[in-house]
Amino acid sequence: MILKKIISKLALLALLGAMTGAGMAADNVGFVYVSPIGDAGWTYQHDLGRLQLEKETGVTTSFVENVAEGPDAERVIREMAKRGDKVVFATSFGFMNYALKVSKTFRKTAFVHATGYKMGKNMGLVNARFYEGRYLTGVIAGEMTKSNVLGYVAAFPIPEVMQGINAFIQGARSVNPKAELRVIWVNSWFDPGKERQAALTLLSQEADVITHHTDSTAVVQAAEDQGKYAFGYHSDMSKYGPNAHLTATTHLWGDYYVKTIKEVQAGTWEPTSVWGGYKEGMIALAPLNKAIPADLQSRIRDLEKQMTAGSLHAFAGPVVDQAGKIIVPAGQNMTDEQLNSMNYYLQGVVSKVPN
Amino acid sequence: MLRLERRPEASQLMSYASPAIAIALMLIGGLLLFTFLGKNPIEGFKVFFINPISDLWGVSELLLKATPLMLVAVGLAVGFRANVWNIGAEGQLVAGGVAASAVALYFQESEGAHVLILMVIAGCIGGMLWAAIPAFLKTRFNTNEILVSLMLVYVAQLMVSWLVHGPMMDPDGFNFPQSAMFEDSALLPLLFDDGSRVNLAFVFAIGALLAGYIFMFRSFGGFQMQVAGYAKDAARYAGFSAKRMIWIGLLSGGAMAGLAGMSEVSGPMGQITEHVSSNYGFAAIIVAFVARLNPVGIFFASLLMALLYLGGEQAQQYMNLPSSISNVFQGMLLLFLLGSDVFINYRLRWKEGS
Repeated sequence: MILKKIISKLALLALLGAMTGAGMAADNVGFVYVSPIGDAGWTYQHDLGRLQLEKETGVTTSFVENVAEGPDAERVIREMAKRGDKVVFATSFGFMNYALKVSKTFRKTAFVHATGYKMGKNMGLVNARFYEGRYLTGVIAGEMTKSNVLGYVAAFPIPEVMQGINAFIQGARSVNPKAELRVIWVNSWFDPGKERQAALTLLSQEADVITHHTDSTAVVQAAEDQGKYAFGYHSDMSKYGPNAHLTATTHLWGDYYVKTIKEVQAGTWEPTSVWGGYKEGMIALAPLNKAIPADLQSRIRDLEKQMTAGSLHAFAGPVVDQAGKIIVPAGQNMTDEQLNSMNYYLQGVVSKVPN
Repeated sequence: MLRLERRPEASQLMSYASPAIAIALMLIGGLLLFTFLGKNPIEGFKVFFINPISDLWGVSELLLKATPLMLVAVGLAVGFRANVWNIGAEGQLVAGGVAASAVALYFQESEGAHVLILMVIAGCIGGMLWAAIPAFLKTRFNTNEILVSLMLVYVAQLMVSWLVHGPMMDPDGFNFPQSAMFEDSALLPLLFDDGSRVNLAFVFAIGALLAGYIFMFRSFGGFQMQVAGYAKDAARYAGFSAKRMIWIGLLSGGAMAGLAGMSEVSGPMGQITEHVSSNYGFAAIIVAFVARLNPVGIFFASLLMALLYLGGEQAQQYMNLPSSISNVFQGMLLLFLLGSDVFINYRLRWKEGS
C-alpha cells in the first residue's frame, strides 16, 4: 500500500526529528498564554514573571501564546507535559478543565493554574488579590476627583471583576463620601474600540477619574486625550497616558513562579491554592504620577504598609450594598468565601448590575 | 502595460492542479519565511509539518481538529456550488453548540442514548435556524446573504456569552462563565481507548462527506445547484427554483455547522463556554475553496488546514515563532490559490499603452 509507505516514511522522519530535539539539560518550564504577549496587560505580566524565572533560576522556558480557551489548550498543555516540562503554568481561567485532565495522565509534572477553582493531586491554583490595589486607587480617585463622579469600564460581571469595582468605591468613599461610581460593561476582555467608546461615554457623563477591568490600554489613552485622569490595570500603562495615568494595579507573578520551581526541584512541592496580595508581594502599584500631591502619596504608601501588615482590609466593615443592606458589620472583614461569590454592587455605585 | 485577458476556455486540468500549485507555493513561501525569520528552513519545515503527526496521538489530534472543518466545509460547499455565499458558518456552529448544550443540560439526570441523539438533532436544527434567517431575508427581501450571515456571527457570539453568564452558568462554578460539565450520556463516545480524543464526530464527518458527494454528483438537486452556479440564466430557463436553492444552500451549511458545534461541546469540550468555536466556521471557507468544493478534496484540505494549526503550536513551542505563524500559512494558501485560479481563467498579455 502506498499509504502505508508514506506513513512509515513520515514516522521515520519524525523519529529523526525527535532524536535531534533530544538532549535537553536544564529543566524546562512551559507557559500557556491566552493572548499575545504584547506590551501591556494580563499575559504581558505573566511573561515578565517567566523572564524573571529564567533569570533567577537558570531553567529554560517555552511558551505558547494566543491559545484559545477550548480544546486546543489540552493539546498544548499535553505537549508540554509529554516532553518532560517540570512545571506547566496555565494562565487563564478557560484552561482549567483541560489542565486538570492532562494532569491526571502526567502525574510527574506539576501543573499550576492561574484563576479558577479546581485542584488536583498534581495541580495547584494561584491568583492574586487585585482588589487590594483597587482599594488604594479608589482612595486616590476619591481625593483627586472634582466632579465626585468616577468611571469604570468592565468586562464581565464575574466575582473578580465585581471585587475590583466594589473595592474601588470603598476606597474612594473612605476619603470622599460624596464619590459615586458609574460602570459600563463592554462584554469583552479585549476590545480596544468598545473600551474607548465606553471610556468616552463615562467622561462625557462628568466622570473625571476612570479605570478599567479589561485588557487593553484604550481607557488610559482616552483619558489622556480628554485631559482627565485614569488608572491602568495589569501593567504600568503610563507610557500610554503620561499625564492621565495616576498609577496602576500591577500583577507580579515572578516571585511565585521562582518559589514554585525551587520547590518542585527540591521535591517538596505540594499543590496549593494561593491567593496572594500585598502581603505575598503579588500585587503592587505602578509609580505614582507627580500630579498626586505629596501628602496623598505618603498616605498611600502608609496604606500599602497596612495592607502588607494585614491591618487594613479593602472590605472592612461596615460594608453596605446598593440597597442599604449591611453585608459586613463594623469591626469585621469580608471573608474569602463572600469575596468569591460577590455578584452585587456596594453603596456608591450608581449603575445597575447587568441581568 | 500588463493586462489580464480572459482565456477562451479554462483548463479543466489546471483547475484541479491549482490547489496543488497553491500548496507548493505555500511551502516555498514558508521556507522563505523561516529563512527571513532567521530559522533553519529545513528544521522549520520539520517542526511545522512533521512533528505534529510524528506519533499516533498526534495523528489522532489531527483528525480531531479536522473533524469540524470537514463538517462545516462540506455543508458550505453545497451552497457555494450554487453561488449561495454563506459566510456565517461560525455563527451557525455556535447556535448548534448552544442548542445541543441546552439538551445536555436539560437531560442532566438522564442515562441512555436518547440524550446524544437529541443533541445531534438539536445541533443540526440550531444551525439551520441560524442559517434560515439569511435564507428568509434573501428569498423574501433579496438581502445580501454574505452580510446577513456574517453579522449573525457576532449575534451568536453575544448570545452564547450571555447564556454562559446567565441561564447556562454552572451553579457550582463560582460564577465563572461556563456551564456544568456534561454527564457521560451527553458525551460523544471515543473511537479508541488509548487516551486520544477522536470521537464519533469523525464518523459523522465521513458520513457527511459521503452524503455530500452523493447529493452533489448523483442527485438531481445537486445537478440543479451546479447548473445554477455555472449559469444562473440557464437554470432559470430550465425552471429550477432559485429560492429553493438558496434555502438548500444555506440550510445544509447551517445543519453541518450546527452538527460541528454539537460535536465540539459534546466532544473535546464536554461543556459549553464562550469559546465554542476556534474559528472553524471561517477556516472551513478556505478549506472548501482549496478543495474545489469537492467532498474528497475537503477531506484532504481539512487535514492540511488542521496540520497548519498544529504546526503553528509546535513552531511556537520549539522555535519561538509568534502565534500568528499559522495565520500566515493559511493566508498564503488562500492567496496562492486565488492567484492560481486567476490564471486559469485569464492570461497575462503585454499591451502597448492605450
